[in-house]
Amino acid sequence: MKRGLSVPHRKWMGAVSVCEKWLYGNSFPVDGGNFDDAGRVSGRIKTILKEMGIENDVVRMAAVITYESEINIVSYARHGMISLHVLPEHVEIEAVDEGPGISDIRLAMQQGWSTATDKIREMGFGAGMGLNNIRNFSDIFHISSDVGSGTRLKMIIHILREQDR
Amino acid sequence: MNLETIVQALHLGVKSGGDRLGVEVRGGYVGDLLSDVMANGREGDLWITRQIHQNIVAVASLKDLAGIILVRGAEPAADTLEKAVRENIPLLTADLPAFEMAGRIYQMICPLKV
Amino acid sequence: MLLREVQKILDAEVLVGAEKLDMEVHTAFGADLMSDVLAFADSGCLLLTGLTNPQVIRTADVLDIAAIILVRGKKPPPETLRAAADKNIPVLSTKYILFESAGRLYEKGIVGSAQKVDGRRVRL
Repeated sequence: MKRGLSVPHRKWMGAVSVCEKWLYGNSFPVDGGNFDDAGRVSGRIKTILKEMGIENDVVRMAAVITYESEINIVSYARHGMISLHVLPEHVEIEAVDEGPGISDIRLAMQQGWSTATDKIREMGFGAGMGLNNIRNFSDIFHISSDVGSGTRLKMIIHILREQDR
Repeated sequence: MNLETIVQALHLGVKSGGDRLGVEVRGGYVGDLLSDVMANGREGDLWITRQIHQNIVAVASLKDLAGIILVRGAEPAADTLEKAVRENIPLLTADLPAFEMAGRIYQMICPLKV
Repeated sequence: MLLREVQKILDAEVLVGAEKLDMEVHTAFGADLMSDVLAFADSGCLLLTGLTNPQVIRTADVLDIAAIILVRGKKPPPETLRAAADKNIPVLSTKYILFESAGRLYEKGIVGSAQKVDGRRVRL
């Protein structure tokens, strides 16, 4: 099942920010190339969401999305920022990096397509599944990229209300 | 036990190497890292993996593995399939995850190890 | 079964988490690709893998994996053991290869862990 918004990023951002209040909002930097530290942000985000009492499925989805985003930044970019915003009805995660960017997003989204180095592959990454995992674990997924500048991912996970369970 | 028996018993999809299913399966190997399989895979092993990179064909060929099973719904990359067809390496597919696949094949080929 | 029984079946050495051998485990997942683990492994499962870098611990932590079994006699570097101790995740090492480890556990009743990819609230 294809997921995602095709509306331009700015328009979509405007529609969300008008009437909803953040329960939590913070941004976390990620260093490119720092595999020792990779995963620290996703661990932190998982802890924050659990402490807020967010349901387990949503926490798992957010943790997987964040971890894959973090690994992408560490593997390919110079530097990045992952932000988490929690609203009453959904969790927003954004991953923005300064890096080479992606010239062909459609190709990059193909399962198995990867530009990983041998070093990255030997660590168990680079199988070409990261972006797919991020998309599959989001309710709404938006990706945009500028070659030479960087890539921006925006993900939304809906939080179910009591009457929807 | 030959590969055909395992293919039939576990309903594996056959993507290539269909005429080489008479090969004897001597053991199994589960792993996704090419360097690891190159180092530790043995002749006659049936390789269980989700690695779809085209190099899996070269590894299977060099190590004389009985074949490759891509598990949990993994589909070979286009160039991987092309290579497997060209080199006539049995490339098989399954929905079962690796642990379950390994468990079942282990029971089939090592029944005395209880 | 208890993690203690898993240790016995696999003749495994406990590297981290000797105090957690009485935890119950029922499912297992075998892989060396972290994206697969993230996509498909259940929380609470055993992770069988040949990867020994600290990212295995991070992945396990993201998913609340019960314990990690390193196969093929692999011994991880100190930073991996430190990370596991920090996150309170048991790490065992067995001399058996992943195929044999899976086989031995499967015949004793451990089943495959398989979360659906778009996995919320639906399990295989």
